Amino acid sequence: MKPLRRKLLRELLRLKGQMLAVAAVVACGISVFVSMSSVQYSLEASRARYYSRYRFADVFMQVKRAPEFYLETVRSIAGVASVNSRIVADVTLDVPGLDEPATGRLVSIPDYRTPVLNDLFIRSGRYIDPGKPEEVVVSKPFLEANRLAPGDHLTAVINGRKKELLIVGMGLSPEYIYEVQPGAFFPDKRRFGVIWMSRRALESAFDMSGAFNDLSLTLAHGVSEKNVIVQLDNLFSRYGSLGAYGRSEQLSDRFIADEIKQVGIQITFLPGVFLAVAVFLLNIVLRRLVATQRDQIAVLKAIGYSNEDVGLHYLGFAMIPTAVGAVVGTALGAWLGRGMMNIYADFYNFAELVYTFRFENVALSVLLSFAAALVGALGAVRKAVALPPAEAMRPDSPVMYKPGVLDRASLRKKIPVSIKIIVRDLERRPWKASITVLMISLAVAILIAGRYTYDSVDRMVQVEFAEKHREDVTLIFNDPKPPSVAYTIASLDGVLEHEYYRDEPVRMRFGHRFRRISIKGMQSAEGLQRLVDKNGRQFTLPPDGIVLTSALADILGVRPGERLQLEFLQGRQLHREVFVGAAIDEILGLSAYMNLAQLNRLAGDGGVLNAAYLRIDQSKAGALYTTFKKMPGVSGIMMLKAIKESFEELIARSMTTSTLILTSFACVLAFAVVYNGARISLSERARELSSLRVLGMSKGEISFILLGEQALLTLCAIPVGFMIGIALSALLAHALSSELYRLPLVFSAYNFLFAFTVIVVVSVVSGFAVHRRLSGLDLVEVLKTRE
Amino acid sequence: MQGNPSGKGHAQTVLRISDLTKSYMMGEVRVEALKHVSLDFYSGELAVLLGASGSGKSTLLNIIGGLDTPSSGSLFFHEREITAATEAELTAYRRRSIGFVFQFYNLISSLSALENVQLVTEIAEHPMPPEEALKLVGLAHRLNHFPAQLSGGEQQRVAIARAVAKRPELLLCDEPTGALDFQTGKLVLDVIEKVNRELGTTTLIITHNASIAGMADRVVRLSSGEISEDRRNQTRLSPSELVW
Repeated sequence: MKPLRRKLLRELLRLKGQMLAVAAVVACGISVFVSMSSVQYSLEASRARYYSRYRFADVFMQVKRAPEFYLETVRSIAGVASVNSRIVADVTLDVPGLDEPATGRLVSIPDYRTPVLNDLFIRSGRYIDPGKPEEVVVSKPFLEANRLAPGDHLTAVINGRKKELLIVGMGLSPEYIYEVQPGAFFPDKRRFGVIWMSRRALESAFDMSGAFNDLSLTLAHGVSEKNVIVQLDNLFSRYGSLGAYGRSEQLSDRFIADEIKQVGIQITFLPGVFLAVAVFLLNIVLRRLVATQRDQIAVLKAIGYSNEDVGLHYLGFAMIPTAVGAVVGTALGAWLGRGMMNIYADFYNFAELVYTFRFENVALSVLLSFAAALVGALGAVRKAVALPPAEAMRPDSPVMYKPGVLDRASLRKKIPVSIKIIVRDLERRPWKASITVLMISLAVAILIAGRYTYDSVDRMVQVEFAEKHREDVTLIFNDPKPPSVAYTIASLDGVLEHEYYRDEPVRMRFGHRFRRISIKGMQSAEGLQRLVDKNGRQFTLPPDGIVLTSALADILGVRPGERLQLEFLQGRQLHREVFVGAAIDEILGLSAYMNLAQLNRLAGDGGVLNAAYLRIDQSKAGALYTTFKKMPGVSGIMMLKAIKESFEELIARSMTTSTLILTSFACVLAFAVVYNGARISLSERARELSSLRVLGMSKGEISFILLGEQALLTLCAIPVGFMIGIALSALLAHALSSELYRLPLVFSAYNFLFAFTVIVVVSVVSGFAVHRRLSGLDLVEVLKTRE
Repeated sequence: MQGNPSGKGHAQTVLRISDLTKSYMMGEVRVEALKHVSLDFYSGELAVLLGASGSGKSTLLNIIGGLDTPSSGSLFFHEREITAATEAELTAYRRRSIGFVFQFYNLISSLSALENVQLVTEIAEHPMPPEEALKLVGLAHRLNHFPAQLSGGEQQRVAIARAVAKRPELLLCDEPTGALDFQTGKLVLDVIEKVNRELGTTTLIITHNASIAGMADRVVRLSSGEISEDRRNQTRLSPSELVW
């Protein structure tokens, strides 16, 4: 077997361009699989470890104020393993170096460090000292974004009074892996941070001694979360409970769970495409190889090599590039996976984000690629094995052509012969041509789908930050305010427009389904905040009736025109019925909108307001910010522009990276398919092309025949690729949609232009690579040999 | 061997070959394929270049056809020095002036007989209509057949039609009957003779088959890269009279 092995290696070297293309495609597929599966596993493992080590709770509840002794009752609920009560409040912060006011979420921690639920991981600095109420631990992203460190100071407006806080530690908690201000969807690290502070200090600041407003608990193994939630709701309804909820409704966990799910979707799809292309490439390359080596196969068999020897020899041509691809792909995948984890570290604040992968995942991907290689090689290997030596000595039977579309009398004369050569060749092997078109179009589709998320996020930004929200500032009140608050705000110098809304927590019921949610009571849907769906269509607010986001309507199983039960969770806790006026397909979250007057009427009170949207005079912004910083009764301030900028900055890095990876991989794919197609065409046509050269055709003329076929296939593949890309994006949009957001299906002309340009450039480059070989055609040799 | 050893004293010199040498490396062995060959060919002449394999006849034909370059010496086609031509000039030379007929026909399998001829007429300057070229070789009834539907002899006749359709000044035939049986071979030679006679195309046939020499005006024999014989036939035999 030794000489055969040498033949294999030498010929692999001779076919290095084509073999490297196969290896590159396999490497892309494996690297996507390895990187994505390792990222998924790492995220899952990091989350699980973080949650268990820092005791992340199973059930959460916010109340207005409940007496501490109630904890004993909670502990006695069957299935509750441990309970932790806290005081949590949002306050306005004055951050050194930041003109605008920021929002801090104060979370109480025990004065003496003891293990608690949702425990604190001190990244640097130290825990607070008992008896020093001004000491705080602050979340890492907020400190880093504001270039603050332990030892620095912060000013908070706590219950109307300014209080100087001393930062002693930088911390993280499993509760805020995704740290986002309540009411916002995107993190704004500079303007929102979590501040852990002594329980005693918060009790005295908020007049909460012997009471709490936040409850977390863990459940014993195998206990029904639902039962515990029902009991908690019953127990705390009189204390202004907003309803208990499990991890699935905890915002931070929800984001990470969605992320892990989305990574999983990519694992299944992309590597599949690459393996399919590898199968195709190996199939055409090996078939051609066996066809050109018929005489060699005959000689090998004639001198006594067995069919197995010959079969294994040709199988080697598939297995070796696959093995090279597998090794490179695994290494590349691990490298990419590590890089992606670094990007995740920007979004998600884990105590430790460990990059690790499961050996089984790598083994599976390698195994799958060898299986693909086997499938790809099978046809050619079988042909080599089945070839009887005597027949193999004879040349392949001549290629039979038939008249085709170009032979209609009207066309026959007008078409140049070189084009006839191209078209007849495609007509003779329509399957090969179709599969080549499909393979190139897959590369186009990956490019389209890769950039689709760009367009989608662009639309998201446009709808959310320009069409739906047009305010500059949102002021969130710490307590519901009477309508008269409008006078105070209107009197502020620099406020151009002001609009208010009520946020009323309810439990919505339709049949047996229910959902805890806040209804937003709006003064109008034509002012600063409007109702705009994901396609940019504007909705009006019906005078009575409720508008639900489509996602919420789906969860409840309710349709416009049907009646919905509302159980108000606060105030008089009335049970009401309302009809669903419309369902609006919004991009973000789950929401319910109602006319403010109607909401006030249903709630059965004189009407309250929870927040104000303001449009301000930018020349007076500085003075206004100073006023906001001191304003009592404001618990949170959001700057639309700042959120937008921070979102764009955050998304830019991750999207640029993923688009770059997808674009590179699509280029590899397109290059591999086009280059191999042209190389095989060259090998099949070398004799004809040389004859044409001898007959007086120039290099350009024969290049036209050779590359024209590839160009035609590529051009056909582009529109097909566009269509597959659109379908793929729709599938992606559907698969990636969650309760948190729905990706709008939009495509910019730029997306198509980009895909078109990339494919054309890649084709031209591979065309040049093959064109160079045309110069090497041996014109003399061709005259002497029979095909 | 200089001058004009023909009866056609007034005939114009088409090709002037002077002191042509070609050597190349075959692995590590230097092969002297042509050694100081000097030879002229005249307008309208039908010459047969005879020689065993390795005699240098194919090398000479390739150099004449602009497919290969000599190590030294010169080749003039009329007044133009082919041995000094660039790649593009050689392509133009082949395109305008040379008709090739190959041993294995080298037809384009995806093109019909007519289209194979059109391949040349499309790029030539004053070609004859392709149908006429095929009529000349006796294939007027097979215009739309593809190579796989034609016999070997028919394929070679298509190749001849393709070669002559551009009205070349020089028709180069490399073992045109090498892949054919006796009867078919004669039929093909008949066509070549007819082309030479009717169109007056200077024709060079290279072959190892000495029997073909009888149909030529002139016979040049090559051995070991040198001209060993250059003679004129008193009478040209018709190909049908040839025996081998």
